[in-house]
Order: sequence, then structure tokens, then C-alpha cells
Amino acid sequence: MTVELLVQQLINALSLGSIYALLALGLAVVYSVLGLLNFAYGEIITIAGYCMFFLVSGGMDFWYAAIFGVIAAIATSLLIQLVAFRPLRGAPANAVIFASFAVSIIIKALISNVISPRPRGIPVPSWVDGVIQLGSFRLPILALITIAIAVVAMVALTWALHYSTPGLAIRAAAEDFTVTRLMGAPAGRLILLAFVLSGILAGIAGVLWIARTGSVSPAMGFTPLLQSFIAIVLGGLGNLRGAVIGGFALAFIEVALQVLLPTAVVPFTAALTLVAVVVILYFRPQGFSKLAQERVA
Amino acid sequence: MDTLLDVRGLVAGYGPITVLHELSLHVGRGEIVAILGANGAGKSTLLQALVGMIRPTAGAVAFDGHDVNGNSPEQIVRRGMTLVPEGRRIFSKLSVMENLRMGAYSRRDRAVALEQMDRYFELFPVLADRRNQAAGTLSGGEQQQLAICRALLSNPSLLLLDEPSLGLAPVIVDKVFELIATLRDETGLTIVLVEQSVVDALEIADRAYVLSNGRFTAEGTSEQIAELDLEANYLGGDNA
Repeated sequence: MTVELLVQQLINALSLGSIYALLALGLAVVYSVLGLLNFAYGEIITIAGYCMFFLVSGGMDFWYAAIFGVIAAIATSLLIQLVAFRPLRGAPANAVIFASFAVSIIIKALISNVISPRPRGIPVPSWVDGVIQLGSFRLPILALITIAIAVVAMVALTWALHYSTPGLAIRAAAEDFTVTRLMGAPAGRLILLAFVLSGILAGIAGVLWIARTGSVSPAMGFTPLLQSFIAIVLGGLGNLRGAVIGGFALAFIEVALQVLLPTAVVPFTAALTLVAVVVILYFRPQGFSKLAQERVA
Repeated sequence: MDTLLDVRGLVAGYGPITVLHELSLHVGRGEIVAILGANGAGKSTLLQALVGMIRPTAGAVAFDGHDVNGNSPEQIVRRGMTLVPEGRRIFSKLSVMENLRMGAYSRRDRAVALEQMDRYFELFPVLADRRNQAAGTLSGGEQQQLAICRALLSNPSLLLLDEPSLGLAPVIVDKVFELIATLRDETGLTIVLVEQSVVDALEIADRAYVLSNGRFTAEGTSEQIAELDLEANYLGGDNA
């Protein structure tokens, strides 16, 4: 493999990893506070996608529409909280998990029946699909945008979680929700904040995902949900840094397999990626992030 | 003496199980009151009910002249009653400083809290030295100091301590109790101390209640309670 190709695939893996990392962070932030997985998480991206679809079809610029897509994502995340999580506070975890599944199914069914079961294309501005020629390197513009946006989002999130008081409370709640309440942090507001953060992250990741795929469909939320779930398991459940590591690891495995496997086997990349994940978890059942934590304890 | 906390006929428990049966107690401003009892006597349940983690099913809780029965934990900490929970429960992944910032969460006067932090650092010098370290790296005794300091930063008028001696070496236990006594003497803080370690607790407490099976079976000054020979008669002598 030439250096040029290697760099290109590296950028490819980094940009895919950026999306996975954002997705995983959004799922992990709610898990870390509530200890519950939001199985309607993929539908946040679906709704952001359809919101963008209608706006772009109506003539709005893709990136303006993207802003509304993120807002729609936040609204959807809050709606899921209101419908599936809030009425079941204190209920067994299974009940909440099934409730979030139900919300996911209802949203999918509504979109299938009211709009269309078929995928719809969203025209992405053509310059986005271009490349920057840098000497002998060809750098895809979308990949660079994706990496840049993800880095900014993650730096902003890290800053907020460390230096703002509500952010600090989220980290404290991730460790001990009860004591965080004892310190005077209102439980309801913390949960709301977690879902807002989750919506922002899913929204940003969703926009980048849609820019990549150029289409929306009722079931489009499934892959992002699955990938973020795998990423947070890889990174160690409930650990935000782990979610980022897991997201990038997953993307690197996926891209490496695509590049290295013989052409005949490439259609099985997704399956082989999961095999690789299983092998990793066999040797490190706690995921990657325990490495850093065990030293502390 | 001016009464800070006045509990009457408190009944509380978990779901259908009643743990506390009509408890009444009062704590005067500036007092250290010990609540003694064996494992499972209901000591922690009492504290949980006081800070609003569980809702009492009957009774009245007056704190600083306000009826706080049924208030949420976040309301109660704002009124000035703060719990140092059993097992310390510090945020081990957060730094010492971040733990203390969480302690001041309920306050509007953050600037004053920062000044107070400097004052407390004199009382807890080890926390000042390790302010940027992850709290999980502290020793047990240091973690207990952090848990107490964190609670103090909410600026309480009443500090509730749940088994501060738990899991600490005897030498460290002495230090922690010394610190608690110093706190009262220097700041006039009112303290409710829940303990299994009877001798240590009675040494610094003014008065004590003995809790067994969810009822107070004795109350009096520390001297009076010390004469009851609790270890043998009430608690079983295994944790002397």
C-alpha cells in the first residue's frame, strides 16, 4: 500500500471514528447518569434526518437545515425522556428499556405510514463531496469537515463537563447519583440536562452521518444505535472517555477490514467487525477504558 | 437551649416495611448528639428520612423553625442540613477540588464558598496538598476528611454524620473524631453523629440516643449512656 492510500484510509477511519465517537458519547451520557440505555436513540437521528429532508426539499441550504436538524434532535431526545423515561422513574430497568423500544418502534411506524417506507435522498452540496489535492495526497472535504466538527464538539463537551457547574454535576451523578442529589443538585434537572447533551451529540453526529449517506429512511436509526452501543461496550459502559475510545476503535477495525480483506469477503465486513469486537471483549471484558481506571483505584 | 432539629413521631421505612417506629428526638443548636445502635437498628434509615431520601409515612420534622417533612434532598441541603453519607461516598474519579466544588453546589454565594474553602484547608491541610489529585487516590482517613469538608462547603447549620469511623484504622478514627469535636468548638456547628463505635462517639457527644429495632430504648447525657454498658447490653460486644 502506498503512503497516499494509507493516509487516505487513515483520514477515512478518523472521520468515521469521529461520527461513532459522537454517537457513542450521546448514548453514554444518558447511560452514565441514569444507568439505562435509550433504545430510541437511533430515532433521534431519524427525526433530525427527516427534518433536514423537508427543509432541504423546501429549498433551504443543507448546512442551515443541519442546524434545525440538531434542534430537532434535542427536541426528540427530550420527548423520549418525557414519554419513556420520566413516567417510569423508579420502575425496574426492564420496563424503561421496553418503553424506549416502544418509542423507537412507534416513531419508525409513524414515518413509514405518514411519509413513506422508502428511503428519500437529501441532496448534499456538491463541493462537500470534493477533495483537496495536497501534493500527491487527495483529502476528501467531507472527512475533514467531519473530523473538525467532531473535535470542536468533543473539546466543548470536555470543557463544559469540567468547568461548568452543571457539567461537573453530570460527572458526579455518573459516579453517584444519590450523593449528587444530597449535594443539592436536583435530580430532574440533571436527567434533563443529560438528555439535552445526548440530543446535541446525536444531532451533530446525525447531520454528519446524513452528509455521508445522502439519504433518510424510517429505519436509518438502527445502524447508528448499534454502532454506538458497540462502541460504549468496547469502551466500558458508562464511561465517557471510553465511549470516544470505543467509537474510534470500532471505526479503525471496520476500515482496516475493508482495506485488508480480499474483495470477495468485503461484503462481510460488518459481521467480521463484530467478530473482532467479540474477540476484544473476550480478552478485556471491561472494555478498554478500565486500563486507565484501575490504576486510580 | 434553642432547638435546631425537632423530630416527633417519625415513622419511615422502605415500601411496606416499617423500619422506624414513632421516633422523637431533638437537637439543640451547637450540640453534638450521638445516635447509637447496632447494624440494622435503623440508624441510616433515620438519616435518610431526615435528608429527604425516603419519605416518612408519619410524624413531623421541624428544622430551624421550618417544617421540612417530605422535602426533597435538594431543598433540605439548601435549608442547611447536610449528610455525610455512610462509607464516605466521595466522587473518586473527580479531583479533590471538584468534590469540594460539588459540595458548594447548592450555594448562590460561590465566592464566599471559595473563601471558606481556604479556611477549611487550614483545618484539612492534606486536602489542600492534594487538591488536584483524583479523590479515589486518597487514603480512607483522607477520604473521610474530604467527605466532611465537602459537606461543610454547603454551609450547613446541622451536619449529619453516618458512621464516620466505618472502615478506618483506630488511630485514624481518633483523628476524625477529634476533628469533629474541633469543628463544633470552632464554628459552633451542630452535629448529629450516627455510630456503632459507642466509646468513640460518647467521648465527643453531649447527649446520645440508643436505637434498637427502630425504637429509641434509651436517651440521656453521654455520661448517663456510658454507664449503661451498651456494648454488652444493647449492641453485642463484637464491635467494641
